[in-house]
Amino acid sequence: MPTLFEKIRDRHVVTARGDDVLLYIDRHLVHEVTSPQAFAGLSAAGRSVRRPGAMLAVPDHNVPTTPDRSVRIEDRGSREQIQALRENALGAGIALFDIDDPRQGIVHIIGPESGLVQPGITVVCGDSHTGTLGAFGAIAFGIGTSEVEHVLATQALWQKMPLQMRVVVAGTLRPFVTPKDVILAVIAEIGAAGGTGYALEFSGETVRRMSMEGRMTMCNMTIEAGARFGLIAPDEVTFAYLEGRPLAPPASLWDAAVADWKTLPSDPDAAWDREVALDASNLEPHVTWGTSPQDALPVGGIVPDPEKQEDPGERARMRRALEYMALSPGTRMTDIPVDKVFIGSCTNSRIEDLRAAAAVAKGRTVAPGVTALVVPGSGLVKRQAEEEGLDRVFLDAGFQWRLPGCSMCLGMNPDKLKPGERCASTSNRNFEGRQGPGGRTHLMSPAMAAAAAVSGRIADVREVAR
Amino acid sequence: MRKKFLSLSTVGVPLDRVNVDTDAIIPARYLKTIKRTGLGEGLFFAWRYDTDGKERPDFPLNRPSFRGGEVLVAGENFGCGSSREHAVWALMDFGFRAVIAPSFSDIFHNNCLKNGMLPVTLPAAEVRSLIDALLAAPGAKVQVDLVEQTVTGPNGDVHAFGVASFAKACLLEGLDEIALTLADAGEIDRYERERKKATPWLFLDLAG
Repeated sequence: MPTLFEKIRDRHVVTARGDDVLLYIDRHLVHEVTSPQAFAGLSAAGRSVRRPGAMLAVPDHNVPTTPDRSVRIEDRGSREQIQALRENALGAGIALFDIDDPRQGIVHIIGPESGLVQPGITVVCGDSHTGTLGAFGAIAFGIGTSEVEHVLATQALWQKMPLQMRVVVAGTLRPFVTPKDVILAVIAEIGAAGGTGYALEFSGETVRRMSMEGRMTMCNMTIEAGARFGLIAPDEVTFAYLEGRPLAPPASLWDAAVADWKTLPSDPDAAWDREVALDASNLEPHVTWGTSPQDALPVGGIVPDPEKQEDPGERARMRRALEYMALSPGTRMTDIPVDKVFIGSCTNSRIEDLRAAAAVAKGRTVAPGVTALVVPGSGLVKRQAEEEGLDRVFLDAGFQWRLPGCSMCLGMNPDKLKPGERCASTSNRNFEGRQGPGGRTHLMSPAMAAAAAVSGRIADVREVAR
Repeated sequence: MRKKFLSLSTVGVPLDRVNVDTDAIIPARYLKTIKRTGLGEGLFFAWRYDTDGKERPDFPLNRPSFRGGEVLVAGENFGCGSSREHAVWALMDFGFRAVIAPSFSDIFHNNCLKNGMLPVTLPAAEVRSLIDALLAAPGAKVQVDLVEQTVTGPNGDVHAFGVASFAKACLLEGLDEIALTLADAGEIDRYERERKKATPWLFLDLAG
């Protein structure tokens, strides 16, 4: 009767201490921002990396997305962090997809793409969006730098058992309604802290029918509901995605691996601490109005009125969010103009996302005054998109076609909003200043972002594409 | 060896906001460092300073009566968002040693404990009363006693809190957790030998 999470956890327990278990970590991904202090700490204590062969390093947060990046990175801090990552990886014998490697990209994109993220594994990264990788039926979670150092030294981590939540999504998604809309609706339902302390498993026919790309979008944003872990049971879709990838189990071990993976799904009588059901058959494309990912509503909606909120704490939060976003209650979401459009990030920069955006962009033009960026999640996604001619579609429509990286998701590299600018973004966080100091973010799907780009305002993609 | 947590008697600084995310605590542009020190400068940057770089006089950290306070008292879901440990480093560099809130994000909570900072979870109504008391009497003191696991508010009100026993020991003694785990290295070796047989595909070297 164990859940998927419990089955994976049970096979990774090295030893126990009270309620805590020492969990063995199969795979460890590192990027340039949260690892330098960990390597420095390790070195200061005279310790070494226990299992460099279990790790993969990639620069993504800081890298510019313009071609000049392989010549010189202007920002000194970024340059130093990327150089530190390079030296630490080479010094320890860790695989590195460096800045001009064709496989470089966002850490949560390249891990799955390489085949190293597999069902039944434990995988960590010093990044809160590591939950993305749970889409393969893995225990995948974000950790801080001290924990990165702990994994470097021991290949294990002390963990408490999280509570188990199941989110069952039923119904067929209507045209132009995507996994991004489903997860925004889930977060709006359970709240930004509703998943704190939980591992969250997504199941139901809607999830079963999703591609791996869509499943990753779902699990990517579980942290925005407070849950460090998002999981989806592995199935034929998972196996088909993995087969033949460079770091997937080789042919000689493939059948054994698949047989093992098939034992992982939660038992039908598994016990859940909390269950949430969502009927997605009438779900509309979603968009956020405020400064928390829970502030999502259907695109046909209006900016809510804090004064109608009974809870004084929530009322104060909403007032503050509206002030920051410079929005008035009652405004139709589709009347909100945008200055920038960002299609990218670990949430929505996979091939399927780019196809969806390109389908809307094709034959249309970015609205006057709007700057629109398309940033593929990895060099391999970029290459595939170019083979499919998507780059031409975007360029012809007036979008910019960039090199892979975290880009405008987090204001750490040259791609950022200026104070007061408003952005339609496919990323995961609409926090104050997230995309640059004073910037205002509206989260939405790639198709919705493309619709905003050609409309110059937040738009219902179903009307734009009609 | 990390900093030991000693009991505190200090000015309590109220931050009456919920969902204080780690981007607000320390904006991403301050993460471009390879050190753990000096991050206090960027703490709550957009809330402390206006767009001209002038201090916002009404923000609690800027009010003279709250300066030097070592305990922050805030609303629910404190530290949500990014896993950046820089958020804890920034709070500590600025001088904070404990945060009291009705709830914390899981990753931020872990990051606190790894650095000798105490996250204290109290029921929402008790946090509300502490924030109200601190706003009513700016500069009033709060005591945090980790041994007894109590917070004493400005009005002498005592609030008991829970803390995991291992985390408590690590905080009080400043233990090096990696050294403790390495003492179990034999168990990790044994685990790897067994799993290599069961799931050999997980032991392929990624560096080839």
